[in-house]
Amino acid sequence: MQTTSDEVLIGRIANGERLAMQVLFARHHVRVYRFVLRLVRNEATAEDLISEVFLDVWRQAGKFEGRSAVSTWMLSIARFKALTVLRRRPEEKLDEEKAGAIEDHADDPEVALAKKDKGAALRQCLSKPSAEHREIIDLVYYHEKSVEEVAGIVGIPQATVKTRTFYARKKLSELLKEQGIDRGWP
Amino acid sequence: MTTVNERERSDIELLLPWHAAGTLDHRDTQRVEAALANDPELARHYELVREELAQTIHLNETLGAPSARAMEALFAKIDAEPARRPAMSINLGARIGEFFANLSPRTLAWSASAAALAILLQAGLIAGIMLKEKSPGGYETASAPTSVAGEGAYALIRFQPQANAADISNFLETNKLSIAGGPSAGGLYRVRTAATKLPKTDLARIVKTLQEDKVVGFIAITE
Repeated sequence: MQTTSDEVLIGRIANGERLAMQVLFARHHVRVYRFVLRLVRNEATAEDLISEVFLDVWRQAGKFEGRSAVSTWMLSIARFKALTVLRRRPEEKLDEEKAGAIEDHADDPEVALAKKDKGAALRQCLSKPSAEHREIIDLVYYHEKSVEEVAGIVGIPQATVKTRTFYARKKLSELLKEQGIDRGWP
Repeated sequence: MTTVNERERSDIELLLPWHAAGTLDHRDTQRVEAALANDPELARHYELVREELAQTIHLNETLGAPSARAMEALFAKIDAEPARRPAMSINLGARIGEFFANLSPRTLAWSASAAALAILLQAGLIAGIMLKEKSPGGYETASAPTSVAGEGAYALIRFQPQANAADISNFLETNKLSIAGGPSAGGLYRVRTAATKLPKTDLARIVKTLQEDKVVGFIAITE
């Protein structure tokens, strides 16, 4: 089966084709939503943001030059919008220590179970790092973005993308260690 | 002091997440695979990366999806936007891409074969026209020149694949043109538009007029 490429859809959207917008939305909205939700941690805000992201796509489709994949372009817009919301609500800009403290339920039965299930523990720890570390882990592992693409989305050099990912992973190991799971790295 | 090998190992260690996600280029993939094959500690580390990859996907997949409210809000906003005029010129490349993208590989193969066959058949028809033009008396020596080299004004032309011999013959006759060469690659013919050399502006004007004829697929000035 053949599907219309994202680039072709963007061309049609630039010409005001509403149906092409529906196809693009259906294809990408879940991933964009999840990316935003992991940053803003609020479902209603994330829903509001994705309609804003796709409205920007509708408005700016004619300016899309195809220098990056359409999904990469959309994630850049989504990130910008999510960070704008976070800046407006400084109370949500939690630093790593605070976030860790809030979610650190040492004697929680869930945590006890998590210790037995390394996968569940890892998932729990994936929610704890800073927004900066969460976004880079998601972009690399879930959104399958290359070093170059992550650099484009986050707006940092490629070398920084690699080291930031390394430190995000190191943080994960530390968080797991706090839960009693020593991965033997770093 | 770090050795080259240590630096190389550190570089490769940084690439492991992308290797696990399958987003490295061919060269880096080979570098990482070679290192993993020879370094058990790096291979153990890679297993940790794979765990992270699996759990990140698991976590994201459990986040659910937005409600229909998001789509309704979006299209309500789109409907409230001012109507947009199609921007054909902006996306010419995209439109050409779209045309080919919309053809299935089989259709494309058939289209290419049909176009090649049409050019071949047309070449036969035009060869017939050229023979008629060249031999009004039915005999000509092989060495007899039909025109002096460098004389006249010329254009390169490709006829529409659906143009038949009568159409082409009529077009050449009406516009007092004669075929001087071809077909070259892509079914192009060299056509003499005037017996003497013309100023470029005059030739451009002639070419522009000829371009409007239905049998012409492509036309351009040539020496």
